[in-house]
Amino acid sequence: MASVTQRARLGVPRAPRARTLPRFLWALPPVAALGLVFLHPLVLLVRQSFTPDEGGPATAAYAEVLAAASFQDALVNTVFIAAGATAGCLALGFALALVVAFVPFPGARALGRFIDIFLAFPSFLITLALLFVYGTTGVANGVWTAATGAASGPLDFLHTPWGVLLAEITYFTPFVMRPLLAAFSQVETGQLEAAASLGARPWRIVRTVILPEALPSLAAGGALVLVMCLNEFGIVLFTGAKDVVTLPVLVYTKAILDGDYTGACVVAVVNIALSVALYAGYRALVARTGRKGGAPRARTQQ
Amino acid sequence: MLVHSSKARAAVWAGFLLLLLPLFALPFAVILAASFATTWSGALPSGPTLTHYQDIARGDSLDALVTSALTALAASLLALTAGTWAALAAQRLGGRGKKVIDTLFMLPVAVPSVAVGLSLLVAFSQPPLLLNGTRQIVVIAHTVLVTAFAHQSVSAALDRLDPAYEQSAAALGARPAYVLRRVKLPLLLPSLTAATGLCFALSMGELSATMMLYPPDWLPLPVQIFATTDRGALFSGAALAVVLMAATLIVLFGVSRIRTRASYR
Repeated sequence: MASVTQRARLGVPRAPRARTLPRFLWALPPVAALGLVFLHPLVLLVRQSFTPDEGGPATAAYAEVLAAASFQDALVNTVFIAAGATAGCLALGFALALVVAFVPFPGARALGRFIDIFLAFPSFLITLALLFVYGTTGVANGVWTAATGAASGPLDFLHTPWGVLLAEITYFTPFVMRPLLAAFSQVETGQLEAAASLGARPWRIVRTVILPEALPSLAAGGALVLVMCLNEFGIVLFTGAKDVVTLPVLVYTKAILDGDYTGACVVAVVNIALSVALYAGYRALVARTGRKGGAPRARTQQ
Repeated sequence: MLVHSSKARAAVWAGFLLLLLPLFALPFAVILAASFATTWSGALPSGPTLTHYQDIARGDSLDALVTSALTALAASLLALTAGTWAALAAQRLGGRGKKVIDTLFMLPVAVPSVAVGLSLLVAFSQPPLLLNGTRQIVVIAHTVLVTAFAHQSVSAALDRLDPAYEQSAAALGARPAYVLRRVKLPLLLPSLTAATGLCFALSMGELSATMMLYPPDWLPLPVQIFATTDRGALFSGAALAVVLMAATLIVLFGVSRIRTRASYR
């Protein structure tokens, strides 16, 4: 780089282009591959959503799908479940990460490894497990019927949005815990000791010292979980509930079971728009926390 | 240390375990226990049996496991190549070019997997590329979905890499290709293997896009698990899930062994 600019300044003719390819040429093959299998198909998906099967104006499919009760229900369900699961994950993840970071116990390191493995497993396993625990013939109801002699147990929420909510909170909480644990490792224990020796109770230390420090990571983790909940398919599919339909499930039903590609594309476009907008917000948050948290870490490494 | 009195600390830990165990450890224990049972209508499963596993060894499920493993292998190797190449190219570009490439390669994380599947279905059901109903389309979908994770972990590792190594190699007269092959890639090896393991695991468990695309002769394990539990055979489904988790764990641990060996270099 420096030598090229120096040569240019000195008026030395540039080296022949053929020997050193321009840098952007190296970036072309992977970007072209991504374009072929991801970006171009997405463009085609959007185009398909604007070409109704029965002809008519380009937005005919939109008018039809957006007005349908099934779509509106799915949208409300999706947003309700995603928002609820995110709130749950944030509360639970914050509490758990707080204990792991500041009330350390033997085995906390193993827990970190366990979380990493947990994140590599598919989400639908959680729903499968919940079927055995809270299902109509599961552990909880079995214990209840054995104890009371009733014909059936009281728990029958797995096929409702609440079942999906429980599964999503279970599965996505580690996604909040990871950035939080990273942020907590940056909090200086000296600050906590100082606050404690000045008489602050633990709850006050959490509120006034730890929470402000963790807020960016909390926001970033929350945004990520919100996006993933909006996109979650396996958990909802495995509950097997006919009346819990979210946007991804509606895309699947329309495309595969009904064969209505255009309608499916319309729903997919709405889902993509929601998720990508939220994801852009998440990236902006991470960029900000990365700048803030990056400097001290780099200093301690040297 | 936030809580000083040992009594309070014990209370916090008790509350922690009370939250943690039912939520995170119980699901896996329950699936494992169910895979060896015939009925479960009390506190504990009953009717211990190995039939579910014997059925797996005989039936189509073994094919599903092989299908999943082959798909995951192909997808993770392709994703690793594309992700690493893109990360290296992005780092060389720097500035705005790096930002654009990073954003493009992270985009598949934001797009719902079901929509990725649908877009491939729409794109490859028409000429010039007719791939609908082939095995390749499943591999392509998995590759698209896991490339983001490969790219992310490799570019994070590149950012952490001390530039002094490649600079001194270049100053001693090594050509860029040589620096890449003998300096950069060996230094990146731990994160490359970790990324491969993660991609493999994610691809093994991929369900959303696969449900949109799988042809009848290429049925990955998650689809088989769904088909099994959907027709009510929950206990066979649990056994299949245990096989899926075990296969994933074996690969993850194998990869982490390579990583620890590589980090000695």
